[in-house]
Amino acid sequence: MTKKHLHFYGGVHPQESKTASGAAIVSAPLLATYVVPLQQHIGVPAKPVVAKGDKVLRGQLIGEPGGFISAAIHAPTSGTVKEIATCLGPAGNQLPAVILESDGDDLAAEPMPALDWPNASPDELKKRIAEAGIVGMGGAAFPSVVKLSPPPNKTIDTLILNGVECEPCLTADHRLMLEKPEQVITGARITARVLGVKRVIIAIEENKPDAVALLQEKAAGTEVEVRSLRVRYPQGAEKQLIYALTGRKVPSGGLPMDVGCVVQNVGTASAICEAVCEGKPLYERVTTVTGSPLVAPGNWRFRVGTPYAEAIKLAGGVKVDPVKIISGGPMMGMAVYSLDIPIMKNCSGILLLAADEVRQYESSPCIRCGRCNDTCPMGMMPGILSVQIEKERFELAEQWHVLDCIECGCCAYGCPAGRPLVQLMRRAKGEVMAARKAKAAKKA
Amino acid sequence: MTAVIILTLIGVLLGLAIALTVRYFGAPVDPLAEQVAELMPGANCGACGFAGCNDYVQALVSGKAKPGLCPSQSADALQKVCVLLGVASEGRAEKVAVVCCSGTDQYAIRRAFYNGVNDCHSAMLVAGGSKGCVYGCLGLGSCARACPFGAIEMRADHIAVVHPEICVGCGKCVTVCPRRIIKLVPKSAPVHVFCSSPEKAPVKRKVCSAACIGCRKCVKAAGENQMFINGFLASVNYENPPSADIVAVCPPKVLRTEAQPAASAASAAPAAPEAPAATTAP
Repeated sequence: MTKKHLHFYGGVHPQESKTASGAAIVSAPLLATYVVPLQQHIGVPAKPVVAKGDKVLRGQLIGEPGGFISAAIHAPTSGTVKEIATCLGPAGNQLPAVILESDGDDLAAEPMPALDWPNASPDELKKRIAEAGIVGMGGAAFPSVVKLSPPPNKTIDTLILNGVECEPCLTADHRLMLEKPEQVITGARITARVLGVKRVIIAIEENKPDAVALLQEKAAGTEVEVRSLRVRYPQGAEKQLIYALTGRKVPSGGLPMDVGCVVQNVGTASAICEAVCEGKPLYERVTTVTGSPLVAPGNWRFRVGTPYAEAIKLAGGVKVDPVKIISGGPMMGMAVYSLDIPIMKNCSGILLLAADEVRQYESSPCIRCGRCNDTCPMGMMPGILSVQIEKERFELAEQWHVLDCIECGCCAYGCPAGRPLVQLMRRAKGEVMAARKAKAAKKA
Repeated sequence: MTAVIILTLIGVLLGLAIALTVRYFGAPVDPLAEQVAELMPGANCGACGFAGCNDYVQALVSGKAKPGLCPSQSADALQKVCVLLGVASEGRAEKVAVVCCSGTDQYAIRRAFYNGVNDCHSAMLVAGGSKGCVYGCLGLGSCARACPFGAIEMRADHIAVVHPEICVGCGKCVTVCPRRIIKLVPKSAPVHVFCSSPEKAPVKRKVCSAACIGCRKCVKAAGENQMFINGFLASVNYENPPSADIVAVCPPKVLRTEAQPAASAASAAPAAPEAPAATTAP
């Protein structure tokens, strides 16, 4: 463990509330029906390769990538395709989906052959990662194979494995590191081989000392280094994590690869290990179901396509009525209005909040206290930006780097005027991107 | 006394300077343009396709544009412009905006409680807005704020209502509405379909009791050339609109002559938010 604790600018330290950190991961029982969205990733939706009435086996390909930035989708269990329809996504949009009726046998399809990863070529490994439909499991769901294929003019020298889990309440990554440390480390080494990098860092916040100790023990004698970091939200954000570990600053509008880094979630590493060493595609993931209204919060290994309602049932149901249900963590998660939404590859948590935990307030004008400037990890000025955005001056907001906003919510977390800063930023980002697109279309 | 002399002197000198500047550097003013500009509404709404009233006037005077592009100009003023420019008046179909939704709080379900930014575009970012119907008016007033003429009223039961007597049909609200449910229609059309959802009847009835159910009664009554069904949504053929008495055949009363009447105080029960209530992200 390094003595010196590096950290990034700004950030906040919300109450951690990691109540489910002691609950071991349990495999969720089989359901009668799974709703498997064909778009569980950023990019183009997958194209269904099955039709209504087809029999499928667990792990069988049901959707092939629809483009370069896309990912394959596999069946979570064996059964019959009932319908190819749409389902509600966590963002409130309709997603194309395969409705799969389980036959209860859970028969596995012929797995892909296991690869001898220390000797396999990077291209072979990359092909397998694409075939297994692996996406970033920290939340953004960016197809991993794209992330692992940097353009030839970028040299990558550091792979960072993100086990920070800075989001309060969530414990899925923590449990995964405790229960599958070998998988995480092997996944990291496979990824390092794909990228051809020598330096691999697993970053964990110091509120998880057991995970730090265990991974340090397991990683001994390999190129993998385990680092413990000061607890600070949003340490798990790529740019902040890179700065905290290496002191490198990702330029405005740039990507981690611009400073020679690739950041990957520990869950993704574990999935990569399973895909390469066991030939198992990504059709299940560890998700935390937590919140004070639940009887028994915990961590489960859910098949993709499990509706939120079933997850809540598994957690013992509710003792008091929740007033807010969030897909993801409390800081960056999205409030949802339906429990029919299925768990997807990027769903790290389902959080229920009781009435006394949700503050309803009227937002008032900015009082120019500057607290948001102090906490913004991107060094932006959210208060001033929010005023510009309220006046719909999006061009000015663009000049003030609104596109750098990572929507971490630190500004709104501390705002004494209760201003919906993140929502305003998102509005402006959408408008600026649309304006840029229109401009590009006009030029072409 | 000295002060009076100095100030008078300064005044005279400055007046001279202004006179000389105008004489030698002043831009020539087209008297025709001035006369035409006076007949413009001056709202600078941009509906004519030019940057503002003055820009349009310049285009008119130089012959680059035809009169009649301004929707908010009265027929009388248009006639005068045509006379001034010496062109024949082609007339103009007067248009009016219609918010094609009947889902007031009395009829439409709210799927969650929303307390974020009071703006339709921002509300769309939070799980697509709180109104159950994704083709329903969010009722947060983006259109009303965009209207240069103040023709849109935001009612307390969360619906936007266009007042046709004020609306000039500039179309600003049409482009600003994130749900794209405001239509520009001929002012002469007596009836409109106040629903925009092309979904099947059971789907929309689940979220709104004032939705078009696609029963085709209006089509049967008026004939295919006056009313038609588009998906599961009745539409008025604005080329040949039916007469106002057709509204009687519509069972859910979405085919009307004017916007949804406000509920009387006694019957206006606030729609209970469906549990679980979602609010904004942080």
